[in-house]
Amino acid sequence: MSENVPADPHVAIVTTAGGVEDGALTISDGTPLKRALARAQSHARRKAFLLVLPLLAFIILTFVVPIFQMLYRSVDSPNFHDNMPNMVAWFAQNPSGTEPDETAFTALVEDLKLLKKNRKAGLVGTRINYELPGSRSLFTKGARKAAKLEPPYKEALLKIDPKWSDPKLWQVMRSAASPYTFNFYLAAVDRTRDADGKIVRVNENRRIYLKLFGRTLVLSLLITFMTFILAYPIAHLLATLPLRKSNLLMILVLLPFWTSLLVRTTSWMVLLQSQGVLNDAMVALGIVSDDHRIQMMYNKIGTVVAMTHILLPFMVLPLYSVMRTINPSYVRAARNLGATSWTAFRRIYFPQTVPGIAAGALLVFILAVGYYITPALVGGADGQLISNLIAFHMTGSLNWSMAAALAALLLGGILVLYWLYDKLVGIDNLKLG
Amino acid sequence: MASDVSDNAFVEFDRVQKSYDGEVLVVKDLNLQIGKGEFVTMLGPSGSGKTTCLMMLAGFETATNGDIRLAGRPINNIPPHKRGIGMVFQNYALFPHMTVGENLSFPLEVRGLDKTAREEKVKRALEMVQMGEFINRRPAQLSGGQQQRIALARALVFEPELVLMDEPLGALDKQLREHMQFEIKHLHERLGITVVYVTHDQSEALTMSDRVAVFDDGRIQQLAPPADLYERPENSFVAQFIGENNKLDGVVEGFEGDEVIVRLADGETCRANPVKCGDVGSETLISIRPERVWIEGKTTPNTTEAQVLELIYLGDHVRCRLQVHGNDEFIVKVPNSAGHKHLVVGETAKVSWDAQDARALDPL
Repeated sequence: MSENVPADPHVAIVTTAGGVEDGALTISDGTPLKRALARAQSHARRKAFLLVLPLLAFIILTFVVPIFQMLYRSVDSPNFHDNMPNMVAWFAQNPSGTEPDETAFTALVEDLKLLKKNRKAGLVGTRINYELPGSRSLFTKGARKAAKLEPPYKEALLKIDPKWSDPKLWQVMRSAASPYTFNFYLAAVDRTRDADGKIVRVNENRRIYLKLFGRTLVLSLLITFMTFILAYPIAHLLATLPLRKSNLLMILVLLPFWTSLLVRTTSWMVLLQSQGVLNDAMVALGIVSDDHRIQMMYNKIGTVVAMTHILLPFMVLPLYSVMRTINPSYVRAARNLGATSWTAFRRIYFPQTVPGIAAGALLVFILAVGYYITPALVGGADGQLISNLIAFHMTGSLNWSMAAALAALLLGGILVLYWLYDKLVGIDNLKLG
Repeated sequence: MASDVSDNAFVEFDRVQKSYDGEVLVVKDLNLQIGKGEFVTMLGPSGSGKTTCLMMLAGFETATNGDIRLAGRPINNIPPHKRGIGMVFQNYALFPHMTVGENLSFPLEVRGLDKTAREEKVKRALEMVQMGEFINRRPAQLSGGQQQRIALARALVFEPELVLMDEPLGALDKQLREHMQFEIKHLHERLGITVVYVTHDQSEALTMSDRVAVFDDGRIQQLAPPADLYERPENSFVAQFIGENNKLDGVVEGFEGDEVIVRLADGETCRANPVKCGDVGSETLISIRPERVWIEGKTTPNTTEAQVLELIYLGDHVRCRLQVHGNDEFIVKVPNSAGHKHLVVGETAKVSWDAQDARALDPL
């Protein structure tokens, strides 16, 4: 065979790969084996790559790029830096803590004139306003009157508004002068910089983000636990019932999937609100009096109940797929070996369902942490989650940088939890189906 | 280990019936006594009720009617974990999340034994099946035969007096299966335990058991030692199910001494041993084992002409398919040794058999 070199490199490898020449395996025509193998496989690999290319492009375009854009936006702060060149120059020359002198105010007035000319006063004012509320009007008013100002500028400007000498304002402007900032992240964890540039906690009445992160975490854990408690028996029943009955039950489990999220959430509103079905029934039965109807909606209870219901299938399905593969003879063997039914469950059945629990819990928890629409509809003030605040910054305050910083923190938090989870449970133990 | 165990039966099924759906009886009127130390096999085709019987004995199924007694005590209402019966499952059912050692330790743990006693017993049980060095492996890291041994050790580690085995060798290849048959047999002899073994493999049943209960249609068709079962089947099902069997259909014509004269389908008569045939005029089926037929041998009342249809060479013997009395599935085994006539396809030969070896049974 060796005198007749075949065209297909696979065949050639079979015939002579056994021979070692100069320490490296070669095929019959002298090409190194590794290169021949790569050449033979490259065609198949290229074809496979072309198949996944559309999905890859889609994911990069709609997922990876937006995420990086969002992360960039959370540290990007160009408004002040681009529109106030004289101030940026003054901040660069004078270290932090320098008392703003006449040159500083000259630079400020020059920049205010520029703002007037370029119509950017609102933009810069908004940027400063993020960190020092009430200062947007300072900039719009200053820019309007800047053209008429006469030196000495410090005095003239202070006459318009004495706030211009506020050291806090100068500290905020100094940090805004840099094109990049971490102040949004500071704000997202209820921190700010004081007049000296030190990081301090914000006033008590303005600490909301950490509380919301904490609430999101606690409620998500609670919802995960509730879905687990409810889903475990159902999944077990599904896995052990005869096929015809279990199919029917499976349809009931999946039914919520086929119903609009909005419809499901609003039906909970119908059930749970103070004039709702449940309260009416309890009043009619005399369990509660008409004046003391239980508030089950527009608070945490509403959020937990509705989200538990909506996320239940995500726990049932992984559990079911794992339980279905557990041979009933394991429990029988345990019973035969002398274990009570409880011991057989605890020692034999339950440990084998852990991969399903792990998968379901991770799925439900991650979905719950980022859930938006249900808490927005049924959460009231008390049952809001961090995603509702992100949405508020996106659509209400239009502070996209803040929204981006909050979202990035949420993403980072989930990654940390995922890592912890991997350490504790092991991601290889996950079984989704 | 005689078959007379009715007085001091260790395991006893007393008129046991079982139905799953209230319409069909899976087990119909089962009566079975098993003596202490006996190795009894329940043999039968799938769906014959043998596994159901085993499950009722283990406590996973309840008898619809009748009593099951263990050492004289009715156990119908005792939950499985209190019966103290060892069991080897078809798929071994080794707990996949535990090591071999933990698997064996489990029955001792739930019985409240302390750690040193457990370790001692686990070690002894593993050595018994020559698996001592595998104590820290997981079941998934073992081959089928090794898993089988561990399952066996786990069923024996808590020293039960009765061990049930549900087709334990079904998943093994032929060679390993034969090897394990001997090992199980030897363990049984050494430990003096009572074994109830379920299989659908007749050679397994014949090699291992003291007695075999042949199941069909929810009833025990015959309960006998292996040799009796093969040599003296009591009905057509057993004759058919155990070993190879030549069948001749006919009608009872008359009795002569301890023999019955049967008119066969082709008009000829045949003398047979009336085991389970009716009176004159009733249909019967004559069963003759292939090795009880002579070719060109001595002349008996049952000597007849046979046409050779097919020869299959099997080394130590030649299987001959003949046409005898109109039945062209008549098999005769001719030893491939000196002094035996070698047949040629198409030739006609003389075949004969003793009347005692032709058993007239119930028609199928």
